[in-house]
Amino acid sequence: MDGNIEDFTDTAAKKKTQSATGMTKVDCRHIDVFYDDKQAIHDISLEIEDRAVTSFIGPSGCGKSTFLRCINRMNDTIESARVSGEIFMDGANINDPSIDPVLLRSRVGMVFQKPNPFPKSIYDNIAYGPRIHGLASGKAELDEIVENSLRKAGLWEEVKDRLPAPGTGLSGGQQQRLCIARAIAVSPEVILMDEPCSALDPIATAKIEELIDELRERYCIVIVTHSMQQAARVSQKTAFFHLGKLVEYGDTEKIFTNPEDGRTQDYITGRFG
Amino acid sequence: MPDHIVTAFTDELEHLSANLLRMGGLAESMIMDASRAVATYDLELAREVIKRDRSIDELEVEAERAIIRLIALRHPMATDLRAVLGAMKLAGDIERIGDLCKNIAKRCLELTGDENRAAVKGIERIARAVSHQLQMALDCYLRQDIEAAKTVLELDDDIDDHYTSFFRETLTYMMEDPRQIGSNTHLIFMAKNLERIGDHATNIAKAVYYMVTGEATTGAKVESRLSEDGDKR
Repeated sequence: MDGNIEDFTDTAAKKKTQSATGMTKVDCRHIDVFYDDKQAIHDISLEIEDRAVTSFIGPSGCGKSTFLRCINRMNDTIESARVSGEIFMDGANINDPSIDPVLLRSRVGMVFQKPNPFPKSIYDNIAYGPRIHGLASGKAELDEIVENSLRKAGLWEEVKDRLPAPGTGLSGGQQQRLCIARAIAVSPEVILMDEPCSALDPIATAKIEELIDELRERYCIVIVTHSMQQAARVSQKTAFFHLGKLVEYGDTEKIFTNPEDGRTQDYITGRFG
Repeated sequence: MPDHIVTAFTDELEHLSANLLRMGGLAESMIMDASRAVATYDLELAREVIKRDRSIDELEVEAERAIIRLIALRHPMATDLRAVLGAMKLAGDIERIGDLCKNIAKRCLELTGDENRAAVKGIERIARAVSHQLQMALDCYLRQDIEAAKTVLELDDDIDDHYTSFFRETLTYMMEDPRQIGSNTHLIFMAKNLERIGDHATNIAKAVYYMVTGEATTGAKVESRLSEDGDKR
């Protein structure tokens, strides 16, 4: 009996880390971000693993979303923002002038806090990206991409009979999965999620979390979340940010049972004073 | 460490730990009273110890409820999580100590009162050592003191030695006077119970070590003693 229990927990533990390759997908070195004169990120270096979920946690204004946005150069779109330091994806510096940010963003998908489907049909929401990037050679191929993306996002069965209906007519949770399907449609390598469940109810949240768990077998996923329980549930690695600095980064299990830094301890136990 | 932002959380954790210390205090008194009942052949005291076990059981139920509530409603993390898990272990260990004391008191009722004085005094001697060990274990829980926890682990060796020499001594008495075999067997079981109480005190110290450091007790000495204990049983 004891043996069985051990086998079981052993398998469960293996499953938890199985798809993590231990390979670095995104290597961030000495990142500083300024909004005008105000420094939002102070010298953060962080290696993000491929085929694993990394969560960023920390109090509001700690810089976790700002840091996330560095990874697909979303901060480029903010006039007052200035980013320095290097971010390597598969060895190539994404801040290099030769890199086209639009192409970069097709490799690094993003899902936002509030579901933001285009005011178009469900079908066109998914088909838009592949069309502009020229990923499909004809209608049949595009249909296939749409179906595959919706299937991977766990939405196909719910919407297959109403693909021409507007995406905005779906429920909040479905809209968020539609946005994830839209991100997947252009075959990205990294998916960034900025509080993807904060506007969803617990059932819709559970569906997204299940989806994240499935997606991590194929993608490198980074998620910003205010829910520490969510970080604990979905991620293998956790980074704790405070006042624009990276305080602690390590295995999620370690961070939530025995963190090294007193500030991490105080934050996750609800003691920040 | 600063208090929780939600003060009720801090209050609940403190209440739980106060509850466990009350349980521990009761268990400590049961060890001394049970052995005194044996040493002085005080059957009234023995019956009273048997009754006292019920209070420990009730406190354990209360502690368990508080622990389930804390896990379900507060989602403890890190030090808090370890404090709650440690509390669960402590409650179980102290409850077992109560049972073992109750068993000593029950066996006391089976004695005749004319057992060998030296053997009867031997029980009291082991009880003193065990009660001291438990007191230290509870003290290290109260102060979250891992140095003291290590000392508690070391004390366990002495208690094992006490038990072994008591066992040999009692065997000699039985060989000298076979009429004493019945009651002396009860005394040996009592001594074994006390030795087991020592193991529970050791568990408490280990739980404290885990609560404070987040790591299981290590060190070759502790490890090897653990495997020895396993072999003996």
